[in-house]
Amino acid sequence: MPRIDSTNGPVWKRRTTKQQWAIWAGWLVALAITAFAWQRISEKTIWFFVQDAPRQAADIGSRMIPPKFSYMSKLWAPIWDTLNIATLGTVIALVIAVPVAFAAARNTTPHPIVRTIAIFIIVASRSVNSLIWALMLVFIFGPGVLAGTIAIGLRSIGFCAKLLYEGIEEIDHTQVEAIEATGASGPQKMVFGIVPQVLPTFAGIGVFRWDINIRESTILGLVGAGGIGLELNGSINTLAWTQVSMILLVILLTVVVSEWVSAKVRGAII
Amino acid sequence: MSVAEQTFPSSWRRPPFIKNPLLRWSIIIGAAIYLALAFGTMDVNWQRAAEGLPRGQRFVAAFFPPNFSDNLGVMWDGIFESIWMAIISTIAGIALSIPIGLGAARNLAPKWVYLLNRSIIGGSRTFPEVILAIFAVKLFGFGPFAGFIALSIGTIGFYAKLLAEDIENMSASQAEAIKATGAGWFQWINYAIQPQVMPRMIGLSVYRLDINFRESAVVGIVGGGGIGATLNTAFERYEFDTAAAILLIIIGIVMVLEYTSGFLRKYVQ
Repeated sequence: MPRIDSTNGPVWKRRTTKQQWAIWAGWLVALAITAFAWQRISEKTIWFFVQDAPRQAADIGSRMIPPKFSYMSKLWAPIWDTLNIATLGTVIALVIAVPVAFAAARNTTPHPIVRTIAIFIIVASRSVNSLIWALMLVFIFGPGVLAGTIAIGLRSIGFCAKLLYEGIEEIDHTQVEAIEATGASGPQKMVFGIVPQVLPTFAGIGVFRWDINIRESTILGLVGAGGIGLELNGSINTLAWTQVSMILLVILLTVVVSEWVSAKVRGAII
Repeated sequence: MSVAEQTFPSSWRRPPFIKNPLLRWSIIIGAAIYLALAFGTMDVNWQRAAEGLPRGQRFVAAFFPPNFSDNLGVMWDGIFESIWMAIISTIAGIALSIPIGLGAARNLAPKWVYLLNRSIIGGSRTFPEVILAIFAVKLFGFGPFAGFIALSIGTIGFYAKLLAEDIENMSASQAEAIKATGAGWFQWINYAIQPQVMPRMIGLSVYRLDINFRESAVVGIVGGGGIGATLNTAFERYEFDTAAAILLIIIGIVMVLEYTSGFLRKYVQ
Protein backbone atom coordinates (compact mmCIF):
# COMPACT_ATOMS: atom_id res chain seq x y z
CA MET A 1 0.00 0.00 0.00
CA PRO A 2 1.66 3.25 -1.10
CA ARG A 3 2.31 6.02 1.37
CA ILE A 4 2.32 9.62 0.23
CA ASP A 5 3.95 12.22 2.47
CA SER A 6 2.05 15.45 2.63
CA THR A 7 2.32 18.49 4.86
CA ASN A 8 -0.26 17.02 7.23
CA GLY A 9 1.73 13.83 7.68
CA PRO A 10 1.64 10.57 5.72
CA VAL A 11 -1.45 9.57 3.78
CA TRP A 12 -2.17 5.98 2.82
CA LYS A 13 -3.81 5.22 -0.49
CA ARG A 14 -5.09 1.93 -1.83
CA ARG A 15 -3.20 2.31 -5.12
CA THR A 16 -0.21 4.23 -6.45
CA THR A 17 -0.97 7.24 -8.63
CA LYS A 18 0.19 5.26 -11.69
CA GLN A 19 -2.15 2.37 -10.95
CA GLN A 20 -5.00 4.78 -10.39
CA TRP A 21 -4.38 6.41 -13.77
CA ALA A 22 -4.17 3.04 -15.48
CA ILE A 23 -7.54 2.07 -14.01
CA TRP A 24 -9.12 5.35 -15.10
CA ALA A 25 -7.72 4.89 -18.59
CA GLY A 26 -9.18 1.38 -18.66
CA TRP A 27 -12.59 2.74 -17.70
CA LEU A 28 -12.33 5.43 -20.36
CA VAL A 29 -11.54 2.89 -23.09
CA ALA A 30 -14.38 0.65 -21.92
CA LEU A 31 -16.77 3.58 -21.94
CA ALA A 32 -15.68 4.64 -25.41
CA ILE A 33 -16.18 1.12 -26.78
CA THR A 34 -19.61 0.90 -25.17
CA ALA A 35 -20.68 4.26 -26.56
CA PHE A 36 -19.45 3.33 -30.01
CA ALA A 37 -21.17 -0.07 -29.92
CA TRP A 38 -24.37 1.52 -28.72
CA GLN A 39 -24.23 4.10 -31.47
CA ARG A 40 -23.79 1.40 -34.14
CA ILE A 41 -26.75 -0.57 -32.80
CA SER A 42 -29.01 2.43 -32.37
CA GLU A 43 -28.49 3.70 -35.91
CA LYS A 44 -29.90 0.41 -37.18
CA THR A 45 -32.92 0.62 -34.92
CA ILE A 46 -36.29 1.96 -35.92
CA TRP A 47 -37.12 3.88 -32.76
CA PHE A 48 -40.81 4.10 -33.55
CA PHE A 49 -41.10 0.34 -33.02
CA VAL A 50 -39.23 0.63 -29.73
CA GLN A 51 -41.57 3.36 -28.51
CA ASP A 52 -44.46 1.21 -29.57
CA ALA A 53 -43.12 -1.83 -27.71
CA PRO A 54 -44.92 -1.36 -24.36
CA ARG A 55 -48.26 -1.16 -26.13
CA GLN A 56 -47.40 -4.24 -28.18
CA ALA A 57 -46.28 -6.08 -25.06
CA ALA A 58 -49.54 -5.27 -23.30
CA ASP A 59 -51.48 -6.36 -26.37
CA ILE A 60 -49.72 -9.71 -26.78
CA GLY A 61 -49.77 -10.22 -23.02
CA SER A 62 -53.51 -9.78 -22.88
CA ARG A 63 -53.95 -12.21 -25.75
CA MET A 64 -51.86 -14.83 -23.98
CA ILE A 65 -54.09 -14.95 -20.89
CA PRO A 66 -55.52 -17.36 -20.00
CA PRO A 67 -53.34 -20.22 -21.33
CA LYS A 68 -55.35 -22.75 -23.30
CA PHE A 69 -55.16 -25.72 -20.93
CA SER A 70 -57.10 -28.02 -23.24
CA TYR A 71 -54.18 -27.79 -25.68
CA MET A 72 -52.16 -29.90 -23.25
CA SER A 73 -53.53 -33.12 -24.75
CA LYS A 74 -51.68 -32.31 -27.96
CA LEU A 75 -48.45 -31.49 -26.18
CA TRP A 76 -47.55 -34.81 -24.56
CA ALA A 77 -46.07 -36.28 -27.74
CA PRO A 78 -43.86 -33.23 -28.52
CA ILE A 79 -42.61 -33.19 -24.91
CA TRP A 80 -41.70 -36.86 -25.12
CA ASP A 81 -39.87 -36.09 -28.38
CA THR A 82 -38.05 -33.21 -26.74
CA LEU A 83 -36.98 -35.43 -23.84
CA ASN A 84 -35.75 -38.07 -26.29
CA ILE A 85 -33.82 -35.54 -28.34
CA ALA A 86 -32.08 -34.28 -25.20
CA THR A 87 -31.39 -37.70 -23.69
CA LEU A 88 -30.28 -39.56 -26.80
CA GLY A 89 -28.30 -36.52 -27.94
CA THR A 90 -26.46 -36.52 -24.61
CA VAL A 91 -25.75 -40.25 -24.96
CA ILE A 92 -24.31 -39.75 -28.46
CA ALA A 93 -22.21 -36.85 -27.22
CA LEU A 94 -20.82 -38.80 -24.25
CA VAL A 95 -19.87 -41.78 -26.43
CA ILE A 96 -17.93 -39.55 -28.82
CA ALA A 97 -16.58 -37.23 -26.11
CA VAL A 98 -14.68 -39.99 -24.25
CA PRO A 99 -12.07 -40.75 -26.95
CA VAL A 100 -11.82 -37.04 -27.82
CA ALA A 101 -11.20 -36.17 -24.16
CA PHE A 102 -8.50 -38.83 -23.77
CA ALA A 103 -6.87 -37.51 -26.93
CA ALA A 104 -7.05 -33.94 -25.68
CA ALA A 105 -5.77 -34.43 -22.12
CA ARG A 106 -2.05 -33.70 -21.84
CA ASN A 107 -1.33 -36.79 -19.75
CA THR A 108 -3.10 -39.34 -21.96
CA THR A 109 -2.74 -37.97 -25.47
CA PRO A 110 -0.79 -40.21 -27.83
CA HIS A 111 0.80 -37.30 -29.71
CA PRO A 112 0.72 -33.47 -29.64
CA ILE A 113 -0.73 -33.40 -33.16
CA VAL A 114 -3.60 -35.65 -32.04
CA ARG A 115 -4.13 -33.25 -29.14
CA THR A 116 -4.39 -30.27 -31.48
CA ILE A 117 -6.96 -32.07 -33.62
CA ALA A 118 -8.97 -33.05 -30.54
CA ILE A 119 -8.91 -29.46 -29.25
CA PHE A 120 -10.09 -28.24 -32.65
CA ILE A 121 -12.99 -30.72 -32.56
CA ILE A 122 -13.92 -29.43 -29.11
CA VAL A 123 -13.81 -25.77 -30.11
CA ALA A 124 -15.65 -26.32 -33.40
CA SER A 125 -18.42 -28.27 -31.69
CA ARG A 126 -18.80 -25.65 -28.95
CA SER A 127 -18.71 -22.63 -31.26
CA VAL A 128 -21.53 -23.73 -33.49
CA ASN A 129 -24.87 -23.48 -31.73
CA SER A 130 -27.19 -26.47 -31.74
CA LEU A 131 -29.72 -24.45 -33.73
CA ILE A 132 -27.18 -23.99 -36.52
CA TRP A 133 -26.22 -27.66 -36.38
CA ALA A 134 -29.93 -28.46 -36.65
CA LEU A 135 -30.33 -26.04 -39.57
CA MET A 136 -27.65 -27.95 -41.48
CA LEU A 137 -28.81 -31.41 -40.44
CA VAL A 138 -32.38 -30.72 -41.49
CA PHE A 139 -30.99 -30.20 -44.98
CA ILE A 140 -29.44 -33.67 -44.84
CA PHE A 141 -31.86 -35.85 -42.87
CA GLY A 142 -35.05 -33.98 -43.50
CA PRO A 143 -37.15 -32.40 -40.77
CA GLY A 144 -37.71 -34.48 -37.66
CA VAL A 145 -36.36 -35.84 -34.43
CA LEU A 146 -33.29 -37.45 -35.97
CA ALA A 147 -31.80 -34.15 -37.12
CA GLY A 148 -32.49 -32.65 -33.67
CA THR A 149 -30.90 -35.56 -31.82
CA ILE A 150 -27.75 -35.46 -33.90
CA ALA A 151 -27.58 -31.67 -33.62
CA ILE A 152 -27.73 -31.87 -29.82
CA GLY A 153 -25.16 -34.64 -29.89
CA LEU A 154 -22.70 -32.72 -32.07
CA ARG A 155 -23.12 -29.58 -30.05
CA SER A 156 -22.56 -31.35 -26.72
CA ILE A 157 -19.36 -33.18 -27.70
CA GLY A 158 -17.26 -30.09 -27.14
CA PHE A 159 -18.76 -29.27 -23.75
CA CYS A 160 -18.49 -32.83 -22.41
CA ALA A 161 -15.04 -33.47 -23.85
CA LYS A 162 -13.69 -30.17 -22.51
CA LEU A 163 -14.86 -30.79 -18.94
CA LEU A 164 -13.82 -34.43 -19.12
CA TYR A 165 -10.29 -33.74 -20.35
CA GLU A 166 -9.85 -31.12 -17.64
CA GLY A 167 -10.95 -33.82 -15.19
CA ILE A 168 -8.44 -36.27 -16.66
CA GLU A 169 -5.65 -33.72 -16.38
CA GLU A 170 -6.43 -33.21 -12.71
CA ILE A 171 -6.26 -36.86 -11.62
CA ASP A 172 -4.01 -38.12 -8.87
CA HIS A 173 -0.92 -39.53 -10.59
CA THR A 174 0.23 -41.63 -7.66
CA GLN A 175 -2.64 -44.03 -8.29
CA VAL A 176 -1.65 -44.46 -11.93
CA GLU A 177 1.93 -45.02 -10.84
CA ALA A 178 0.81 -47.66 -8.36
CA ILE A 179 -1.03 -49.50 -11.12
CA GLU A 180 2.01 -49.16 -13.36
CA ALA A 181 4.20 -50.68 -10.62
CA THR A 182 2.16 -53.88 -10.76
CA GLY A 183 3.31 -54.29 -14.34
CA ALA A 184 0.10 -53.11 -16.01
CA SER A 185 0.08 -52.37 -19.71
CA GLY A 186 -1.02 -49.07 -21.22
CA PRO A 187 -4.72 -49.93 -21.63
CA GLN A 188 -4.79 -51.55 -18.20
CA LYS A 189 -3.36 -48.39 -16.66
CA MET A 190 -6.14 -46.49 -18.39
CA VAL A 191 -8.91 -48.80 -17.20
CA PHE A 192 -7.71 -49.36 -13.61
CA GLY A 193 -5.77 -46.18 -12.91
CA ILE A 194 -7.52 -43.34 -14.72
CA VAL A 195 -11.10 -44.40 -15.44
CA PRO A 196 -12.15 -45.01 -11.80
CA GLN A 197 -10.89 -41.55 -10.91
CA VAL A 198 -12.82 -39.72 -13.62
CA LEU A 199 -16.00 -41.83 -13.52
CA PRO A 200 -17.82 -39.57 -11.03
CA THR A 201 -16.83 -36.50 -13.07
CA PHE A 202 -18.06 -38.25 -16.18
CA ALA A 203 -21.45 -39.06 -14.68
CA GLY A 204 -21.74 -35.52 -13.31
CA ILE A 205 -20.95 -33.98 -16.71
CA GLY A 206 -23.49 -36.24 -18.39
CA VAL A 207 -26.31 -35.20 -16.08
CA PHE A 208 -25.30 -31.54 -16.21
CA ARG A 209 -25.28 -31.50 -19.99
CA TRP A 210 -28.57 -33.40 -20.12
CA ASP A 211 -30.16 -30.58 -18.14
CA ILE A 212 -28.77 -27.97 -20.57
CA ASN A 213 -29.85 -30.08 -23.53
CA ILE A 214 -33.46 -30.19 -22.35
CA ARG A 215 -33.45 -26.42 -22.56
CA GLU A 216 -31.76 -26.36 -25.96
CA SER A 217 -33.95 -29.03 -27.47
CA THR A 218 -37.08 -26.97 -26.77
CA ILE A 219 -36.07 -24.56 -29.55
CA LEU A 220 -34.82 -26.95 -32.22
CA GLY A 221 -38.30 -27.17 -33.68
CA LEU A 222 -37.94 -23.60 -34.94
CA VAL A 223 -35.84 -24.91 -37.81
CA GLY A 224 -37.89 -28.09 -38.15
CA ALA A 225 -35.84 -30.45 -36.03
CA GLY A 226 -38.71 -31.83 -33.92
CA GLY A 227 -39.85 -31.47 -30.34
CA ILE A 228 -41.99 -28.87 -28.66
CA GLY A 229 -40.35 -26.03 -30.60
CA LEU A 230 -42.29 -27.19 -33.65
CA GLU A 231 -45.57 -26.55 -31.82
CA LEU A 232 -44.24 -23.26 -30.52
CA ASN A 233 -43.27 -22.11 -33.98
CA GLY A 234 -46.62 -23.19 -35.40
CA SER A 235 -48.56 -21.42 -32.66
CA ILE A 236 -46.56 -18.19 -33.03
CA ASN A 237 -46.97 -18.22 -36.79
CA THR A 238 -50.73 -18.71 -36.52
CA LEU A 239 -50.89 -16.03 -33.78
CA ALA A 240 -52.51 -18.54 -31.41
CA TRP A 241 -51.25 -16.72 -28.35
CA THR A 242 -53.15 -18.78 -25.78
CA GLN A 243 -51.41 -21.86 -27.14
CA VAL A 244 -48.06 -20.04 -27.02
CA SER A 245 -48.48 -19.23 -23.35
CA MET A 246 -49.46 -22.84 -22.64
CA ILE A 247 -46.33 -24.08 -24.41
CA LEU A 248 -44.15 -21.61 -22.53
CA LEU A 249 -45.70 -22.81 -19.28
CA VAL A 250 -44.94 -26.42 -20.21
CA ILE A 251 -41.35 -25.55 -21.14
CA LEU A 252 -40.97 -23.76 -17.82
CA LEU A 253 -42.21 -26.80 -15.91
CA THR A 254 -40.07 -29.23 -17.90
CA VAL A 255 -36.96 -27.16 -17.33
CA VAL A 256 -37.64 -26.75 -13.61
CA VAL A 257 -38.19 -30.49 -13.18
CA SER A 258 -35.11 -31.44 -15.18
CA GLU A 259 -33.02 -28.96 -13.23
CA TRP A 260 -34.26 -30.46 -9.96
CA VAL A 261 -33.54 -34.01 -11.15
CA SER A 262 -30.08 -33.04 -12.35
CA ALA A 263 -29.24 -31.30 -9.08
CA LYS A 264 -30.43 -34.34 -7.06
CA VAL A 265 -28.46 -36.82 -9.16
CA ARG A 266 -25.32 -34.70 -9.09
CA GLY A 267 -25.71 -34.33 -5.34
CA ALA A 268 -25.90 -38.10 -5.02
CA ILE A 269 -22.82 -38.69 -7.19
CA ILE A 270 -20.46 -36.14 -5.70
CA MET B 1 -5.06 -72.15 11.84
CA SER B 2 -1.86 -71.13 10.13
CA VAL B 3 -1.77 -68.56 7.42
CA ALA B 4 -0.99 -71.19 4.80
CA GLU B 5 -4.24 -73.08 5.43
CA GLN B 6 -6.43 -70.04 5.15
CA THR B 7 -8.11 -69.63 1.79
CA PHE B 8 -7.70 -66.31 0.13
CA PRO B 9 -9.66 -65.22 -2.91
CA SER B 10 -7.37 -65.63 -5.88
CA SER B 11 -9.15 -63.23 -8.19
CA TRP B 12 -10.10 -59.60 -7.76
CA ARG B 13 -12.85 -57.59 -9.27
CA ARG B 14 -13.19 -53.90 -9.41
CA PRO B 15 -15.80 -52.56 -7.00
CA PRO B 16 -18.82 -51.35 -9.00
CA PHE B 17 -19.43 -47.62 -9.42
CA ILE B 18 -22.84 -47.78 -7.74
CA LYS B 19 -22.45 -49.81 -4.56
CA ASN B 20 -26.07 -50.68 -3.84
CA PRO B 21 -26.87 -53.64 -6.17
CA LEU B 22 -30.61 -52.96 -6.11
CA LEU B 23 -30.11 -49.36 -7.21
CA ARG B 24 -27.51 -50.40 -9.76
CA TRP B 25 -29.72 -52.97 -11.43
CA SER B 26 -32.81 -50.79 -11.35
CA ILE B 27 -30.86 -48.00 -13.07
CA ILE B 28 -29.55 -50.40 -15.72
CA ILE B 29 -32.97 -51.97 -16.35
CA GLY B 30 -34.68 -48.58 -16.27
CA ALA B 31 -32.21 -47.22 -18.81
CA ALA B 32 -32.78 -50.25 -21.06
CA ILE B 33 -36.56 -49.84 -20.90
CA TYR B 34 -36.26 -46.13 -21.59
CA LEU B 35 -34.00 -46.65 -24.59
CA ALA B 36 -36.35 -49.26 -26.03
CA LEU B 37 -39.31 -46.92 -25.55
CA ALA B 38 -37.45 -43.94 -26.97
CA PHE B 39 -36.32 -45.76 -30.08
CA GLY B 40 -39.71 -47.37 -30.44
CA THR B 41 -41.62 -44.11 -30.39
CA MET B 42 -39.12 -41.97 -32.24
CA ASP B 43 -40.74 -41.13 -35.51
CA VAL B 44 -37.73 -41.40 -37.76
CA ASN B 45 -38.10 -41.84 -41.46
CA TRP B 46 -35.01 -44.01 -41.98
CA GLN B 47 -35.57 -44.18 -45.69
CA ARG B 48 -35.54 -40.42 -45.89
CA ALA B 49 -32.42 -40.34 -43.73
CA ALA B 50 -30.69 -42.89 -45.97
CA GLU B 51 -31.66 -40.89 -49.04
CA GLY B 52 -30.22 -37.88 -47.31
CA LEU B 53 -26.73 -39.32 -46.99
CA PRO B 54 -25.62 -38.84 -50.61
CA ARG B 55 -27.36 -35.49 -50.48
CA GLY B 56 -25.45 -34.80 -47.29
CA GLN B 57 -22.23 -35.60 -49.11
CA ARG B 58 -23.05 -33.10 -51.80
CA PHE B 59 -24.12 -30.67 -49.10
CA VAL B 60 -20.82 -31.02 -47.26
CA ALA B 61 -18.94 -30.83 -50.55
CA ALA B 62 -20.72 -27.56 -51.30
CA PHE B 63 -19.09 -26.12 -48.17
CA PHE B 64 -15.65 -26.52 -49.69
CA PRO B 65 -13.78 -24.44 -50.40
CA PRO B 66 -15.18 -21.77 -48.07
CA ASN B 67 -15.83 -18.62 -50.03
CA PHE B 68 -14.48 -15.64 -48.18
CA SER B 69 -14.41 -13.21 -51.07
CA ASP B 70 -17.79 -12.93 -52.80
CA ASN B 71 -19.86 -11.55 -49.94
CA LEU B 72 -17.07 -10.01 -47.95
CA GLY B 73 -18.80 -6.70 -47.26
CA VAL B 74 -22.01 -8.29 -46.01
CA MET B 75 -20.06 -10.74 -43.90
CA TRP B 76 -18.04 -8.07 -42.14
CA ASP B 77 -21.18 -6.01 -41.57
CA GLY B 78 -22.81 -8.99 -39.89
CA ILE B 79 -19.77 -9.85 -37.82
CA PHE B 80 -19.27 -6.33 -36.55
CA GLU B 81 -22.96 -6.03 -35.79
CA SER B 82 -22.67 -9.22 -33.76
CA ILE B 83 -19.63 -7.91 -31.93
CA TRP B 84 -21.31 -4.61 -31.04
CA MET B 85 -24.43 -6.49 -30.02
CA ALA B 86 -22.43 -8.86 -27.82
CA ILE B 87 -20.53 -6.00 -26.14
CA ILE B 88 -23.51 -3.80 -25.45
CA SER B 89 -25.73 -6.63 -24.26
CA THR B 90 -23.02 -7.96 -21.96
CA ILE B 91 -22.62 -4.52 -20.40
CA ALA B 92 -26.34 -3.85 -20.09
CA GLY B 93 -26.92 -7.36 -18.80
CA ILE B 94 -24.22 -7.03 -16.15
CA ALA B 95 -25.49 -3.59 -15.10
CA LEU B 96 -28.91 -5.12 -14.54
CA SER B 97 -27.43 -8.22 -12.92
CA ILE B 98 -25.64 -6.40 -10.14
CA PRO B 99 -28.75 -5.20 -8.23
CA ILE B 100 -30.55 -8.45 -8.99
CA GLY B 101 -27.56 -10.53 -7.90
CA LEU B 102 -27.24 -8.55 -4.66
CA GLY B 103 -30.92 -9.05 -4.01
CA ALA B 104 -30.72 -12.76 -4.74
CA ALA B 105 -27.96 -13.42 -2.20
CA ARG B 106 -29.49 -15.03 0.86
CA ASN B 107 -27.04 -13.40 3.26
CA LEU B 108 -27.73 -9.83 2.08
CA ALA B 109 -31.40 -9.61 1.26
CA PRO B 110 -34.55 -10.09 3.30
CA LYS B 111 -36.64 -13.11 2.40
CA TRP B 112 -39.16 -11.43 0.09
CA VAL B 113 -36.49 -9.57 -1.91
CA TYR B 114 -34.58 -12.82 -2.17
CA LEU B 115 -37.57 -14.73 -3.51
CA LEU B 116 -38.48 -11.96 -5.95
CA ASN B 117 -34.98 -11.77 -7.41
CA ARG B 118 -34.58 -15.54 -7.52
CA SER B 119 -37.75 -15.82 -9.56
CA ILE B 120 -36.50 -13.15 -12.00
CA ILE B 121 -33.32 -15.18 -12.42
CA GLY B 122 -35.25 -18.42 -12.77
CA GLY B 123 -37.52 -16.93 -15.42
CA SER B 124 -34.67 -15.59 -17.50
CA ARG B 125 -32.69 -18.82 -17.20
CA THR B 126 -35.55 -21.04 -18.30
CA PHE B 127 -36.10 -19.67 -21.74
CA PRO B 128 -33.31 -19.99 -24.28
CA GLU B 129 -32.11 -16.76 -25.89
CA VAL B 130 -33.83 -17.73 -29.12
CA ILE B 131 -37.29 -17.77 -27.55
CA LEU B 132 -36.54 -14.43 -25.87
CA ALA B 133 -35.41 -13.16 -29.27
CA ILE B 134 -38.65 -14.26 -30.95
CA PHE B 135 -40.62 -12.13 -28.53
CA ALA B 136 -38.13 -9.25 -28.70
CA VAL B 137 -38.48 -9.25 -32.49
CA LYS B 138 -42.27 -9.17 -32.13
CA LEU B 139 -42.04 -6.20 -29.79
CA PHE B 140 -39.12 -4.16 -31.13
CA GLY B 141 -39.12 -5.09 -34.79
CA PHE B 142 -36.40 -6.81 -36.80
CA GLY B 143 -32.79 -5.88 -36.26
CA PRO B 144 -29.99 -5.83 -33.74
CA PHE B 145 -32.01 -3.99 -31.08
CA ALA B 146 -34.22 -7.06 -30.59
CA GLY B 147 -31.14 -9.25 -30.36
CA PHE B 148 -29.63 -6.85 -27.84
CA ILE B 149 -32.72 -7.06 -25.61
CA ALA B 150 -32.83 -10.87 -25.82
CA LEU B 151 -29.15 -11.29 -25.02
CA SER B 152 -29.29 -8.79 -22.16
CA ILE B 153 -32.14 -10.69 -20.53
CA GLY B 154 -30.27 -13.93 -21.10
CA THR B 155 -27.20 -12.43 -19.44
CA ILE B 156 -29.17 -11.64 -16.28
CA GLY B 157 -30.06 -15.27 -15.69
CA PHE B 158 -26.45 -16.32 -15.99
CA TYR B 159 -24.57 -13.48 -14.34
CA ALA B 160 -26.92 -12.59 -11.51
CA LYS B 161 -27.16 -16.23 -10.47
CA LEU B 162 -23.40 -16.71 -10.34
CA LEU B 163 -22.93 -13.36 -8.60
CA ALA B 164 -25.50 -14.28 -5.96
CA GLU B 165 -23.85 -17.66 -5.41
CA ASP B 166 -20.44 -16.08 -5.14
CA ILE B 167 -21.72 -13.59 -2.56
CA GLU B 168 -23.31 -16.40 -0.59
CA ASN B 169 -19.98 -18.25 -0.53
CA MET B 170 -17.84 -15.27 0.51
CA SER B 171 -16.02 -15.09 3.80
CA ALA B 172 -18.38 -13.53 6.33
CA SER B 173 -15.60 -12.38 8.64
CA GLN B 174 -14.40 -9.70 6.21
CA ALA B 175 -17.92 -8.40 5.82
CA GLU B 176 -18.25 -8.30 9.59
CA ALA B 177 -14.96 -6.46 9.96
CA ILE B 178 -16.07 -3.72 7.61
CA LYS B 179 -19.42 -3.50 9.34
CA ALA B 180 -17.63 -3.11 12.69
CA THR B 181 -15.95 0.07 11.39
CA GLY B 182 -19.40 1.64 11.16
CA ALA B 183 -19.67 1.49 7.39
CA GLY B 184 -22.98 2.29 5.73
CA TRP B 185 -24.70 -0.16 3.41
CA PHE B 186 -23.04 1.09 0.21
CA GLN B 187 -19.64 1.26 1.87
CA TRP B 188 -20.18 -2.23 3.18
CA ILE B 189 -20.99 -3.53 -0.33
CA ASN B 190 -18.12 -1.62 -1.88
CA TYR B 191 -15.38 -2.49 0.59
CA ALA B 192 -16.40 -5.88 1.99
CA ILE B 193 -18.19 -7.65 -0.82
CA GLN B 194 -17.00 -6.13 -4.07
CA PRO B 195 -13.29 -6.97 -3.57
CA GLN B 196 -14.14 -10.56 -2.70
CA VAL B 197 -16.27 -11.28 -5.75
CA MET B 198 -14.55 -9.02 -8.29
CA PRO B 199 -11.83 -11.34 -9.67
CA ARG B 200 -14.25 -14.13 -10.46
CA MET B 201 -16.83 -11.72 -11.85
CA ILE B 202 -14.38 -10.16 -14.30
CA GLY B 203 -13.55 -13.62 -15.61
CA LEU B 204 -17.22 -14.47 -15.90
CA SER B 205 -18.03 -11.27 -17.76
CA VAL B 206 -15.48 -12.13 -20.43
CA TYR B 207 -16.93 -15.62 -20.55
CA ARG B 208 -20.41 -14.18 -20.95
CA LEU B 209 -19.17 -11.91 -23.75
CA ASP B 210 -18.00 -15.07 -25.47
CA ILE B 211 -21.42 -16.72 -24.95
CA ASN B 212 -23.26 -13.63 -26.15
CA PHE B 213 -21.21 -13.53 -29.32
CA ARG B 214 -21.99 -17.18 -29.98
CA GLU B 215 -25.67 -16.66 -29.19
CA SER B 216 -25.80 -13.61 -31.45
CA ALA B 217 -25.21 -16.05 -34.28
CA VAL B 218 -28.54 -17.73 -33.55
CA VAL B 219 -30.78 -14.86 -32.53
CA GLY B 220 -30.25 -13.66 -36.09
CA ILE B 221 -32.05 -16.75 -37.40
CA VAL B 222 -35.30 -15.51 -35.86
CA GLY B 223 -34.70 -11.90 -36.95
CA GLY B 224 -32.49 -10.51 -34.21
CA GLY B 225 -29.76 -9.14 -36.46
CA GLY B 226 -26.04 -9.84 -36.41
CA ILE B 227 -24.06 -12.56 -38.11
CA GLY B 228 -26.94 -15.02 -37.63
CA ALA B 229 -29.04 -13.06 -40.07
CA THR B 230 -26.23 -13.18 -42.62
CA LEU B 231 -25.75 -16.90 -42.00
CA ASN B 232 -29.45 -17.58 -42.39
CA THR B 233 -29.55 -15.63 -45.65
CA ALA B 234 -26.57 -17.61 -46.91
CA PHE B 235 -28.40 -20.86 -46.13
CA GLU B 236 -31.60 -19.70 -47.73
CA ARG B 237 -29.82 -18.68 -50.90
CA TYR B 238 -27.98 -22.05 -50.90
CA GLU B 239 -24.66 -20.22 -50.82
CA PHE B 240 -23.09 -22.92 -48.69
CA ASP B 241 -19.53 -21.83 -49.40
CA THR B 242 -20.31 -18.44 -47.88
CA ALA B 243 -22.03 -20.15 -44.95
CA ALA B 244 -18.88 -22.23 -44.41
CA ALA B 245 -16.77 -19.08 -44.41
CA ILE B 246 -19.08 -17.47 -41.84
CA LEU B 247 -18.97 -20.56 -39.61
CA LEU B 248 -15.17 -20.61 -39.79
CA ILE B 249 -15.02 -16.93 -38.86
CA ILE B 250 -17.34 -17.57 -35.90
CA ILE B 251 -15.15 -20.46 -34.75
CA GLY B 252 -12.05 -18.29 -35.13
CA ILE B 253 -13.47 -15.40 -33.10
CA VAL B 254 -14.74 -17.73 -30.39
CA MET B 255 -11.29 -19.31 -30.17
CA VAL B 256 -9.65 -15.89 -29.78
CA LEU B 257 -12.20 -14.90 -27.13
CA GLU B 258 -11.68 -18.16 -25.28
CA TYR B 259 -7.91 -17.70 -25.15
CA THR B 260 -8.34 -14.06 -24.09
CA SER B 261 -10.74 -14.96 -21.32
CA GLY B 262 -8.46 -17.73 -20.06
CA PHE B 263 -5.51 -15.36 -20.07
CA LEU B 264 -7.47 -12.56 -18.41
CA ARG B 265 -8.80 -14.87 -15.71
CA LYS B 266 -5.28 -16.05 -14.87
CA TYR B 267 -4.07 -12.44 -14.78
CA VAL B 268 -6.88 -11.25 -12.50
CA GLN B 269 -6.64 -14.09 -9.98
